[in-house]
Amino acid sequence: MLDIQKYLRLEMFPHMLCPGCGHGIVLGALLRAIHSLKLSQDEVVVVSGIGCSSRLSGYVDFDTLHTTHGRPLAFATGIKMARPELTVIVITGDGDGLSIGGNHLIHAARRNVGLTCLLLNNEIYGMTGGQAAPTTPLGKISTTGPTGPFETPFDSCRLVEAAGASFVARGITYEPATLEKLIVAAIQNPGFSFLEIISDCPEFFGRFNRMGNPADQILAQKQNVVDAKTAATLPPERLKGKMLTGILHHEPRPEYAASYQESIAQMGAQAR
Amino acid sequence: MEKMTKPVQLLQGNAACARAAIAAGCRFYGGYPISPSSEIAETMAKLLPRVGGKFIQMEDEIASLAAVIGASLAGMKAMTATSGPGFSLMQEHIGFACYTEVPCVVVDVMRGGPSTGLPTSPSQADVMQARWGTHGDHPAIALCASSPGEVYELTVRAFNLAERLRTPVILLLDEVVAHMYEKVDLGRLAGLPVEDRRKPKGAPGKLEAYAAGEDGVPAMAPFGEGYRYHVTGLAHDSRGYPTQDPAVVETTQRRLQRKVDRCRKEIVSYELLQCEDAEVIVFAYGIVAAAARQAVRQARQRGIRAGLFRAITLWPFPGEELAAAVKQAKRIVVAEMNLGQMTGEVERAVGKKKTVKTCLKANGEAITPDEIFSALQAEDACHA
Repeated sequence: MLDIQKYLRLEMFPHMLCPGCGHGIVLGALLRAIHSLKLSQDEVVVVSGIGCSSRLSGYVDFDTLHTTHGRPLAFATGIKMARPELTVIVITGDGDGLSIGGNHLIHAARRNVGLTCLLLNNEIYGMTGGQAAPTTPLGKISTTGPTGPFETPFDSCRLVEAAGASFVARGITYEPATLEKLIVAAIQNPGFSFLEIISDCPEFFGRFNRMGNPADQILAQKQNVVDAKTAATLPPERLKGKMLTGILHHEPRPEYAASYQESIAQMGAQAR
Repeated sequence: MEKMTKPVQLLQGNAACARAAIAAGCRFYGGYPISPSSEIAETMAKLLPRVGGKFIQMEDEIASLAAVIGASLAGMKAMTATSGPGFSLMQEHIGFACYTEVPCVVVDVMRGGPSTGLPTSPSQADVMQARWGTHGDHPAIALCASSPGEVYELTVRAFNLAERLRTPVILLLDEVVAHMYEKVDLGRLAGLPVEDRRKPKGAPGKLEAYAAGEDGVPAMAPFGEGYRYHVTGLAHDSRGYPTQDPAVVETTQRRLQRKVDRCRKEIVSYELLQCEDAEVIVFAYGIVAAAARQAVRQARQRGIRAGLFRAITLWPFPGEELAAAVKQAKRIVVAEMNLGQMTGEVERAVGKKKTVKTCLKANGEAITPDEIFSALQAEDACHA
């Protein structure tokens, strides 16, 4: 039986997430994944940006770095380069990772730097009070899009796959056990792994859009997705408006930090 | 390692910067191409892997300094180099490094601004940005070199100060110094002392990551060695945990300022040339100081009692030292390649009884010795 408290900084509690927020489900899945991989707490680094999801780094007992808005992947790249042996996990949100941090996301994917990026997508800016995100679906309202956005949201998984990530997956907080397995697979891929996790924001997304209570919102996730394996057997009309979940792309290629390290070794580096 | 057969080499300012960084123990460089600083990145890309170091060209300057801070937290001495537009983009992370106390060196090779400005022309218009570019109260250390040889020395010093005080240190160059070639005695410079950050004494365990002693500088544990601590740009307590407690926030703010203030004497350096009997003293820094040196010589030949105060440390500003040096002088001429950014600091330091004139230029051309000489002679200000 896993004693999850072993991985938590209990002195940081109570946490600041709202009741019904899905982010805690993700944190639980992450810690169980780390536990099942038998990683030492000393060899895991958690890096995050700014936003509700990015506050998770503070609650876990690893080396943790809570950076600036949108930039956690760039900070994490420096850590991974300096110490390629560490398992570096980046927690970001849809605003942090896809709006202000979009450039860093595509470049981390292109380099295939060995980071596991968990992008918690709650389709809104929660911490600042419900402004439109680059993931807010058409027809959903926000404080800065009171009549709904006129912008098409990103499909982050397709974006990151096109940019060159070697592992791309999507999970939902409705399925924490599957989520845990996806996180394990993401960490096991040596290159850049991207996992979008559909989470919920009952306070600033669900309430504004009259989506019922938090349980209703988590349940609704299930109706909006199709597992990638099942999707392969379905006709296109059955997939209309659905998001695919599971492992969407896995094509290992040389990891950046290890490749660099290897090239140094080949040069026969002599430390001064 | 590059063959260093000849101790005295003809070195470009930017190349001297890169060579010195490696000598100071820098093992990580994250940067983005920008004129007139790119030779620093190019030299680092070539030399760092040879000493087991890491170079990465990031996607922009924001990411560059982020990667540098990440590498520094993981235990490597780290730097980046840029110019005005990139320096603007780095400002948020300079503040992050100040507040999270992560040592790093940021080189800004100043070019004409504002905006894209004059990418290949010299200026000194980032001196105030080096002090106040990032938001919030914070200490600042900025050094400014006048020659390639001095670039080497100050780069090593920048690393030493960054590591000792756990703070970003800014090295300001201008396009002329960066691209100028000069004989540099690497044999002599190899003896410069190199300082490393202080690590926690105790075995890994529960670390109070931001608990500091008398010197105000907490010991720094590298990530990945079992200390397991939290680093955040939010206001934080001595454990590194976020806090909004006014007393704790105030204590940290004051400590950050104090840890630099208490070393002010060591940080501040300057050079005096014939100031003892001078009635008029030029205040200059960077390449302008080289022109001022010539102007002072010219003036002395004509019987004008002129002197030079060359600031090497720009921040903290050498105000007390300047005030002492100009005690007997009647006039001070501030010569700088901007519209008078340091003039206000000089006026504040020397007081209202002294006449402060300016010799300013912000058009992409360097200030000439003749222009400074004219300003030394004239009672009126010279807007060259």
